[in-house]
Amino acid sequence: MLFKRKDFIQLGALASASIMMPKFLHALGSTNQQMVPKGNRVLIVLQMSGGNDGLNTVIPFRNDIYYQNRPKLAIDKKDAISITDEVGLHKELSSFANLYQEGNMSILNNVGYPNPDRSHFRSMDIWHTAADSKEYLTTGWLGRYLDAQCHGCNKPTQALELDDTLSLSMKGAYEKGIAFKDAYRLYNTSQAKYFKALNAAHQEQHAEAPVDYLYKTMTETINSAEYIFKQTKVCPAKGDYPKSDLGNSFKTIASLVLSDINTKVYYVSIGSFDTHVGQQDKQQRLFKEMNEAIDAFTKDMKANNRFEDVLLMTFSEFGRRVAANASGGTDHGTANNMFLIGGGLKQKGLLNPMPDLSDLQDGDLKYKIDFKNVYATVLNNWLGADYKTILGKEYSLMNFV
Amino acid sequence: MSISNQSKNLHLLSRAGFGISAKDYSLIDIHSPKKLLEEIGINSKPDLLDKASPDSIAMAKELLEMKEQGKLMQNEQGENKKDIRREFRRQSNEDIRQLSIAWMDLMVNDKAQLREKMSLFWHGHFACRDANIFYTQQLLHIIRTNALGNFGDMLKAVSKSAAMLGFLNNQQNRKQHPNENFAREVMELFTLGRGNYTEQDIKEAARAFTGWNFERNGDFVMRKNMHDDGAKTIFGKTGNFTGEDVLNMLLENKQTARYIVTKLYKYLVNDTIDPSKIELLASDFYESNYDINALLKKIFLSDWFYDPKNIGVKIKSPVELMASLRRKLPMAMNKPDIQTVFTRALGQELFHPPNVAGWPGGKSWIDSSSLMIRLVIPRLIEDDTEFQLALKSDDDTMMGGYRKEMKKAILNNNRFKIKATIDWGAINKNFDNTKRAFLMNDIQQYLVNKQTSTVTQKIVESIVDNSSREAYIKSAAIAWMSTPEFQMC
Repeated sequence: MLFKRKDFIQLGALASASIMMPKFLHALGSTNQQMVPKGNRVLIVLQMSGGNDGLNTVIPFRNDIYYQNRPKLAIDKKDAISITDEVGLHKELSSFANLYQEGNMSILNNVGYPNPDRSHFRSMDIWHTAADSKEYLTTGWLGRYLDAQCHGCNKPTQALELDDTLSLSMKGAYEKGIAFKDAYRLYNTSQAKYFKALNAAHQEQHAEAPVDYLYKTMTETINSAEYIFKQTKVCPAKGDYPKSDLGNSFKTIASLVLSDINTKVYYVSIGSFDTHVGQQDKQQRLFKEMNEAIDAFTKDMKANNRFEDVLLMTFSEFGRRVAANASGGTDHGTANNMFLIGGGLKQKGLLNPMPDLSDLQDGDLKYKIDFKNVYATVLNNWLGADYKTILGKEYSLMNFV
Repeated sequence: MSISNQSKNLHLLSRAGFGISAKDYSLIDIHSPKKLLEEIGINSKPDLLDKASPDSIAMAKELLEMKEQGKLMQNEQGENKKDIRREFRRQSNEDIRQLSIAWMDLMVNDKAQLREKMSLFWHGHFACRDANIFYTQQLLHIIRTNALGNFGDMLKAVSKSAAMLGFLNNQQNRKQHPNENFAREVMELFTLGRGNYTEQDIKEAARAFTGWNFERNGDFVMRKNMHDDGAKTIFGKTGNFTGEDVLNMLLENKQTARYIVTKLYKYLVNDTIDPSKIELLASDFYESNYDINALLKKIFLSDWFYDPKNIGVKIKSPVELMASLRRKLPMAMNKPDIQTVFTRALGQELFHPPNVAGWPGGKSWIDSSSLMIRLVIPRLIEDDTEFQLALKSDDDTMMGGYRKEMKKAILNNNRFKIKATIDWGAINKNFDNTKRAFLMNDIQQYLVNKQTSTVTQKIVESIVDNSSREAYIKSAAIAWMSTPEFQMC
């Protein structure tokens, strides 16, 4: 073969690869101490793509209106896991129910935003950018967190997404998170001899040409990929993780949380929850995957005494209509519930009333909590960041952390 | 530093088109930029890109008949209608993907490079998503027809298109219940830009657009009974304004010329704007009554366009990257659909802008993962290596399921292959008369048009295959295309 493939792919030989310790690691202990709060608290965002049906997730099994609207789709009390006298969780969410009983989970109901948009992409865009429904932002809320916390501080591994492409949430104006589905794969691609040579040759260049931005990103990628991959090997998670996509992702997250990497935010997605047709099977399958992965992860964190440093937050771009459609599914709706899971919650259980099904707007739930209040609280109280810089407005903070 | 005629032409082609192509490279020094611009700037009326499949046509006809017979109303909750609508959407989405591939083929092969390059600009400017193949290709046709024509004509035609009216919810804009979305976006994104109008202007303009709607076949219709013909006060003027009046008022405002010129300067010249040039160009554009072609000539025939500070400084969008790659590396693709997988992974899927504001462009294209994907694509094309790449699901087009080939890819653990046969002969031919000593320089010039990357040149030289002239060209070309420099234009 004409082309020297080995120049583009590095195979194996990890053991012999010398660890080039990134600069920022040495700085961790000293000047940037405030960036890594005590115990290195982390936020994990779990995106439930497609619009999860919240009413069949946190089930109001004493509500007649719920049953009237969903003759075939409503879930009976006996088929749900009761968490209170009136509320049950979907039967596949047993580990969530356990976390709830232990006081390690809280549920926020009716989370949404004014003038809700029922298009997946626009509503997701709104959740990612934390924009009002009338404005268009080009940066994500966690990206702006990176801008505020890490601008110029050479710590590109502060926010990681477990996926092959990076979500808008994670893109700031100056800083961006790093996306990888498989730490080894990113490592292997980025460590190709050719890329390393190009990168090394450009280390001495200090010109401010636009292409330098690409070289800077290349440097960060090569260094971070190696750093991340090594960190996953420092203390690989030993818990009993399912072999699913989400299971693998949570296993990687656990390995990193247990290492001393400086990551503050992890982002991971599951889907699609867009259940216009055949909702029962689809939702059940996805919940099963979520339940198993989170069960293994939370047990692992507890076993390693790190659970109080973890906050796991779920969201979906919208909930679904109260009434079922004629195809055994539900159509796009508005407000939805969010799960908050972790050992450091200050408020536990159901944090606010269940949806009022007698007070709907065109057949949809009315939102009671703007999701930006939740973001503000997480940024301010959990990540110790100045939420006003990041969200650009004042929001009243909540007390769950 | 003086720029050679050849460098000027390469720069012009990379901005006014999608870069030099293998078949035209030998001619690159023959014309002056002025003559070259005439060649790529032909403004003949384009043919409609028609990718509506027989199934879509049949289903659209059926839906139309159901509507005419009043069955849609009766069966509002009926299974039948929902199924056919869903099936139509599914088929439409597939057709729209074929439309995007056909359009990318034009970007690669069409002589009217400037028209397609500008169409891509307007496609992002008049950002729109519509799940109906007929409305989508109609809007693309409006854009391609007017891309080099008059901005006012295009604004009016786009504003009356079924795709845009539907996307911006103008069917819900009625006399008793105005919906402001359309009026807001027309001002904020299409003409004035944020901060150049009041909320009151939007409220009142929305009333002027009430009744603007479209028939099922995509024709514009003004529903008089839904139109509010009362007096409105917009931009300080009071009158019984119609939608057309509002668009004319927006065109009379010079801020519109400024807004468009600024955006265009960033797209064609440099992400960092030069305010004095913007002001001059905006005045000319305004005085010419929004003649796009005249504006483009001013830009491309100016001296400052060829200033070294403007050369090689723009990051190619994913679609531009794919098109320039195919022009420089002519190839027959086994499965052209793979292109949409990669442009989507890199953040740009035609007909699926991230929101109504379009693709932000510039540095936003680049993050760790997108850069690595960009850098490995040439090698994937060259040697059929498998590549693992999980795409984020898009519920708008996948409707909770996955399209066929996605399903296949997922079953195959997200492994993709770009199977393509590269026409190396066409590339080699361009270097037939190049002496060995200048070969590296010429290959570099052909691929990245920038003489400054001497550092990179050394690295490329260190890995090229010297076993034969063909091997040398091939390995150097792939190596150059796998650099950050190749991402620039």
